[in-house]
Order: sequence, then structure tokens, then C-alpha cells
Amino acid sequence: MSNLITEQVKLYYEMLRIRLVEEVLAERYLEEEMRCPMHLCIGQEAVPVGVCSALKTSDMVFGNHRAHGYYLAKGGDLNRMIAEIYGKSDGCCGGRGGSMHLIDLRVNFMGSTPIVAGTVPLGLGTALASQLKGKDQVTVVFFGDGCFEEGVVHESFNYAALMGLPVIFVCENNEYSVYTHLKSRQPKRSMSKIAEAHGWEVDSGNGNDLNQVAEISRQAVSRVKSDGRPQFLEFDTYRWLEHCGPNDDDHLGYRSSDQVASWKKKCPVQYMENQLLSEKTITQKDLDSYRNSIMDEIELSFKFAQESSFPSPDTLYRFSNSDPF
Amino acid sequence: MRPDITYAEAVREALDYCLGQNENVFVVGEGVPDPKRIFNTTAGLLEKYGPQRIMDMPLSENALTGVCIGSGLLGMRPIMVHQRTDFAYLALDQIINNAAKWNYMFNGQGEVPIVIRMMIGRGWGQGPQHSSSPQALFSHIPGLKVVMPTRPHDAKGMLIQAIEDNGPVIFLEHRWLHHMKEAVPEGPYREPLGKARIVRTGDSLTLAAFSYSVIEATKIADTFKRHEVEIEVIDMRSTSPMDHQTVVASVRKTGRLMVLDTSWITCGVAAELVSRVSEEAFNELKSPPARVALPDVHTPTSPTLSQEFYPTPEAIGKKILNLLEIKPSSTKGQKILSGLITEGPLDVPFLDFKGPF
Repeated sequence: MSNLITEQVKLYYEMLRIRLVEEVLAERYLEEEMRCPMHLCIGQEAVPVGVCSALKTSDMVFGNHRAHGYYLAKGGDLNRMIAEIYGKSDGCCGGRGGSMHLIDLRVNFMGSTPIVAGTVPLGLGTALASQLKGKDQVTVVFFGDGCFEEGVVHESFNYAALMGLPVIFVCENNEYSVYTHLKSRQPKRSMSKIAEAHGWEVDSGNGNDLNQVAEISRQAVSRVKSDGRPQFLEFDTYRWLEHCGPNDDDHLGYRSSDQVASWKKKCPVQYMENQLLSEKTITQKDLDSYRNSIMDEIELSFKFAQESSFPSPDTLYRFSNSDPF
Repeated sequence: MRPDITYAEAVREALDYCLGQNENVFVVGEGVPDPKRIFNTTAGLLEKYGPQRIMDMPLSENALTGVCIGSGLLGMRPIMVHQRTDFAYLALDQIINNAAKWNYMFNGQGEVPIVIRMMIGRGWGQGPQHSSSPQALFSHIPGLKVVMPTRPHDAKGMLIQAIEDNGPVIFLEHRWLHHMKEAVPEGPYREPLGKARIVRTGDSLTLAAFSYSVIEATKIADTFKRHEVEIEVIDMRSTSPMDHQTVVASVRKTGRLMVLDTSWITCGVAAELVSRVSEEAFNELKSPPARVALPDVHTPTSPTLSQEFYPTPEAIGKKILNLLEIKPSSTKGQKILSGLITEGPLDVPFLDFKGPF
């Protein structure tokens, strides 16, 4: 197999891995041992994998509440993510963060937090630092369509353009902010045009076509460096399950069953699987072996999490910085 | 021995020293490199260190605070400046949700070594949105250190210490302290954050104060001393950590406590200090502890109203007389109170002040 094809299979594998991790999390959440809010990215896996495929390990990524995909795509440790969701001391935050606060500095996944837009200017900060230090690094900040409405995002658009910061904003437009559709939140106009008006270079595409996402991302990374201008990427995609939690909530009717069905037909994992199968790049046997391999890895990570101990109560005051009374 | 320098110059010296010591240090704020140089606290720094380290910024306080935090995660040491505390409120999301929490919630994997300097306005009609004193607001948030040095010596030493601290520090500078002069060592030195300092010793009353109110406390104590009443004045210097132990030790000696604060009385830092001292030295108290702070209304602009708003030395003196059980109408009481009356306008830090900011 050529390198390009091997790369394709590798990316497909990463996407499948995220899908399967999220599915197992959804299934096992009902055991009530993952005691934290969890925002799954089922249906949106192509964006994190495609974007991160264009990045080096030394490039930095900031995420948001729906961060499992970005964390894993950047190379974050699966065991430490599952342990974190279980609230264990071997979790990536020692149990202090849960699903909504992930970090893996070994791969420069700088942090994900659930205050919408909270990490946006932090990405500008790491971009500024790498610029001042003359380092060849790019910072990516992932956010959703809802985040685009936060004031600090526009402050950030302004500042990044002013300073020519090496930053890429990736907006996953899945049309919904919890239950509220985009049309109730923004007037009918393009987000990308606003980014452009702020002085950024923009591109957009089908967020469920991993190859397209990867190619657009590669070009954006290249432009950040050659043009010295920040990049805004907008990808259309769709969240299959509820905003927060392991279930689907189609019965609530805020999204039409037609809409949900049509997006499920455009499943990013299935789409690439079909492509690779039809091009005879891989066989069904290969798919089965990938699936088994991933499920084994997942099983081990849950075992790791369950066998890990809870953090000791006497660690409560560590890293508090301000001398509690 | 070089001449005395002002608090503003002392701040400038601390910045200059830290900028020279560590190339990761930079200063950013609205107007930092402008002709006024933040009340001269950044004078000469742009020329010496260049625009990459002495930076202006767009009117985007929240985003720029996030920029400082993000750069801090990569080892830079930003000092952000707000010419008024009130501007910082636009950045509360970044200060509270990120700066204060990041290292804790990520289990020690994200130190945020930033300093945010802010100026507390007073007088000359600063009014409701240019005069707040947010030590209580920020001290309530775990993960932030909050300091309010009173004298030039402490301003320099505590600012150096704050910049070298690996966590976020809110550095509150009262505008009426900027012009005050004192002998300050020329070289670098550090003063601890979270440690109070005894300004005057005495055995009849402990008068603990924050920031500019230490100046008032000292003048009041000096007047009382002329009438043989010795008040122990404590400059708290920080509100988080708050050094109540120094005050407890003093109250064990004096048996009486009054706390002066520069912000509104309800839920202010004086309440916190009084609580802590009451819990630890209840049996040593001869009278209930007292607080003097601003009334729970916003700063009015007109001079007659702001005169009514800010507690005067005379008003504070009356309360102290009550604590000491000296009748204000007595000869002694009258003499003390007349010594506390202030001449001239009360809405200026010093008589030659011509405004506007």
C-alpha cells in the first residue's frame, strides 16, 4: 500500500476508534459510575481526526465541553481519559475534571473546558507565545456554532488578525446549541464572512467527509505559515445523540426525524468505510479486525479505569495557590 | 542615600527589574505605552524593552486576559494593567473561570503566572464606575492571590514577588497612593504576599487597615497618641492570603479591634477579618469588633455627596472613642476629634491635584 493509502486507513481507524469509544461510554454510562456530565461527539468524528491529521505533535489544541474526539485525535491517552471520567486518580486530571476538563500535555492537548468560548482566547495566548519565541507552532481552537455568538470570540478575531497570530479556529456547525436551532440565535448570514471581515482567511466544507476536512486543514496550516494570517474553518456536521448524556432524544421532537435520519445517512465513519471498501483498499475482514482490535483496547482502558483508585481526600488542597482558610 | 521615590516610581522599578531579569515577562494594557504611561508607572519601559514586551491592546479586556493566561501556560509571565479596577470586570470570565481554576482543575498541569494590576479610583468625581475596590470580590475566589500594598517600599517588593509567583495575583493600587514618597532601596528585594505589617505599636486598640485606609489609620493613631492613647496600626497588605494571625496576636494584647476597608461594608474583607479574629480570640475581646468601610451605595460624583460617602478621620475617630469608652463630649474626646478634622477639599489626594484622572 502506498503511503497515501496507509494514511487514509490510519485516519479511518482513528475515526472508528472515537466512534467505538463514544458508543461504549454511552452504553456503560447507565452503570452510574461515570459521575459527571458527558457530551459525546457521535456523528462528528471526522472533524477532529481530519484537522489533527494536519498537525504536528508540537502544535497545540484547545477544546470545549465535547472534547473526547479532539483529545483522542490529538493523541491523548485513552486510559487516562476513561479513568478521568470515572473520577479516578489516574485520570488525566487526577479525577478533578471529569469528561468536561481534559488535558494531555505530552501531545499538546492543552485543555478543554465547558464554559463556551472560555478556551478561545487561551489559544491566542499560546499562539502569541509561540510567535514571540519564534517557534514553528500552530494553535487550533475547536468550537461550535453557538460559541460564535460569544463576545470574546469577536474580540479574539480582532486581536488575532491585528497580531497575525498562528491560530486556526475550527467551527463545527451542527446547527444546535442544546435544543435551540441556529435560526433562533443568529440572523441568516454566513459565519465565515464575518471571520473574513475581521481579517481572517477562511475555508469551509463538509464536516462528515474526512478527506475533505483533512485537505482543507492541511491547506489552512500551510497558509497560516506562508501568509502569517489566522485561519477560520467552518465544517457542517451533526450531533446524533442528546447535547449532554448517553441517549438519543429524538422523542423530544426539537429536531425532525427526517433531519436526523438524513444526517445519519451521511455518517462520517460509514462514508469513509464505504469509500475504502469500494476502492478495495481494505476488505471486510480488515474492518472486523480493526473493530476487534479497538474493542480490545477499549475494554482494557475501562479495566484500567475501574482498577484505578479514587483520589485520596487529603489531596483536596493540592495546587490551590491561595492559602485556604 | 538617594532621594525618596513615589509609589508609582517604585512600581516602575519593580517592572523594570523583572523585565530585565526574565525575557518571558511582558506588560500589556490599554495605554501601557501611551504618553501618560499609566500614571508614569511604565515610564521609559517601552524605550528600553521594545513594543513586543511593552504592549498596548484593543479594548478587549476579556480576550486579552485569556491571551495572558494562554501565554502563561507556555511559561510567559504577563503583567496586565487596567487603569481602573472597573475595567477588569469585563474580564471576569477569564479571571475566575480560567486564571483562578486552571492549575487546580488540571491537577497542577497548568500554572498561570500572571499579575493583573488595577487602580482603585477616588475623588475628583470618579463616580460609580471609576472607583470600585474589588478586593472582597477577588479574595472570595480560591486560586487568586489579592494584594494591596500601601507604601512605596511594599509596592516594589510585593510587585517583584507577585511577578515571580507562579499563580495569578491581583495587584490593587489605590490612586491616592501613587504620589506618596518614601525611601526605597535601589536594588531588587521581595516582600511576602499574604503577610501583614505593624505600622505603629500600641496597647489600647488594634486598628487593622487595607490600602489607602492605612494612611488614614496612621494619621488617626498619631492624633490619638498626642493624647496618650496608643493605637496599634496594622497594614494588612494582602487580602488573599489574609494574615489574620498578626491581628489575633495584636488583639490578644489590646483587647479591641477596628478594621478599616476601602470598599462597601457588606461582605467586605473587614467582615472576613473580624470573623477570623472573633473565632480565634473571642475571649480576649473587651468590646465587640468594629468595621468602618464605605456605605452600601455607589460612589456619587458631586463633591458634597462624595464627602458624605467616604468616612472621614473624624467619623472614624468617634467610633474609636466609643470602643475605648471615652465620651466624645469629654475634654479628651473633644481634643482628639478636633485634631482629626481635615481642612480643604476632600475629593483630591493632595492639595495641588488638578484632575482629571
